[in-house]
Amino acid sequence: MNKVVSDVEQAIADIEDGATIAIGGFFAAGVPRTLLRALIAKGTKNLTLACGSGPLLGAVNELNALVKNRQIKKVIDSYGLFRSATKGKQDAFEQEVRTGEIELEIYPMGTLSEKYRAAGTGIPAFFTPVGAGSLVEEATLTNIGVNRKKRETRVIDGRTCLLEYALKPDYAFVHAWKGDPEGNLRYRKTARNFNHVMAMAAGITIAEVEHLVEPGDLDPDAVHTPGIFVQRVVNVPRFDFTITDL
Amino acid sequence: MKHFEGLPREIIALRVAHEIKDNSYVNLGIGIPTLVSNWLEGRDVILQSEIGMLKTGPLAEGKQVDLDLINASSQPVTEIPGTAYFDICESFGMIRGGYMDVTVMGAFQVNEKGDFASWFNPSRGLDGIGNIGGSMDLAIGAKQLFIAMEHTTNEGKPKIVRNLTYPATAKAKVDLIFTDLAVINVTPEGLLLKEIYPGLTPKDVQSVTEPILLIAKDLKEIEL
Repeated sequence: MNKVVSDVEQAIADIEDGATIAIGGFFAAGVPRTLLRALIAKGTKNLTLACGSGPLLGAVNELNALVKNRQIKKVIDSYGLFRSATKGKQDAFEQEVRTGEIELEIYPMGTLSEKYRAAGTGIPAFFTPVGAGSLVEEATLTNIGVNRKKRETRVIDGRTCLLEYALKPDYAFVHAWKGDPEGNLRYRKTARNFNHVMAMAAGITIAEVEHLVEPGDLDPDAVHTPGIFVQRVVNVPRFDFTITDL
Repeated sequence: MKHFEGLPREIIALRVAHEIKDNSYVNLGIGIPTLVSNWLEGRDVILQSEIGMLKTGPLAEGKQVDLDLINASSQPVTEIPGTAYFDICESFGMIRGGYMDVTVMGAFQVNEKGDFASWFNPSRGLDGIGNIGGSMDLAIGAKQLFIAMEHTTNEGKPKIVRNLTYPATAKAKVDLIFTDLAVINVTPEGLLLKEIYPGLTPKDVQSVTEPILLIAKDLKEIEL
């Protein structure tokens, strides 16, 4: 198969207003910055950006542009706000969250990663003890009151567990170090993070790869994400960026 | 409110490091816990970073900085012989699955039942949404959970309290509390004062601690 598309514009051309897009990356590492820039240029609106641990804080220039263009309806994350309250006050995204212009829905990180994995592995829902006894147990953690749904719980082996549902995004933007035309991907160091599981979870996974290699160039034993989870591959230059201070 | 001079943050971290046994897998949170790593160099202790790394090396400086290599606090780090990388589900599998021997976290408040609050500061005014990150998973999964923090707030108010007024991270999970003034064990009978800053009396520590402290028979000065 050949899943290579010639540029990022073509790779995201079919994404419509209102789409839910998983964004790989953990703070500054492994964020699909080139795809995010293409999304900004395209101007798609009403987006739900399903994150894992603050990739938009790690790509804060891209976040600021998305906020300025009013493209974001909602962000799902475990760590979506700057750690520093001072920084947060100056942050355009946090201001929109405060006024309710943008919805921010928060989960414990391990629960969120498992929601993606569930979507990618055909599991509709699961129980986890994480969050029991906290605000997470009471209702969905979101700044939009009407969306705070009460949670189901069950005592399993004497522990209160919360029912969590699979989270299946329409698209995933992932960043890989190497990829081949079949969509086989290999990540580098801690830039792997959420990229693999989001590739599994999404309906259509678009991988930006720093090195597009020929079939057979990737050691089959060293493939992190098998190509079956990836629908489009686009070659991008390695991006030079500053690691964000939280 | 009274204020007592105690250990500097680096030395609280040193005391925590003494409590970590060799051959342990350890996850360190943000704040004083991060400083613990400075005292673990040369020890046979493996640090896990929830971003997806085992055997995390020291912070990277200058040319060592690799944009694909950061820890879970977004700091550039280095790899060392024996480092392993993995994806986020495997990382939280280790964490939730009970493979962390010790997790060290900071906290706003801890109570005598071992409940603690670390993820949400109501003064930021975001009405119950904040950065949970990996804190709840780490708390649930740790074999031993240590809290390392200042004994009181900047305003001198106790952080070891009868009832949490901040939202909990997890309940009944804390084993040991390390502060600038004391080392306190969370026991079924209550909080047991084990070690104390030189020159202070148990009464001094009690005066900045809300729950009644039990005093260990072998109470000693903080061991460094």
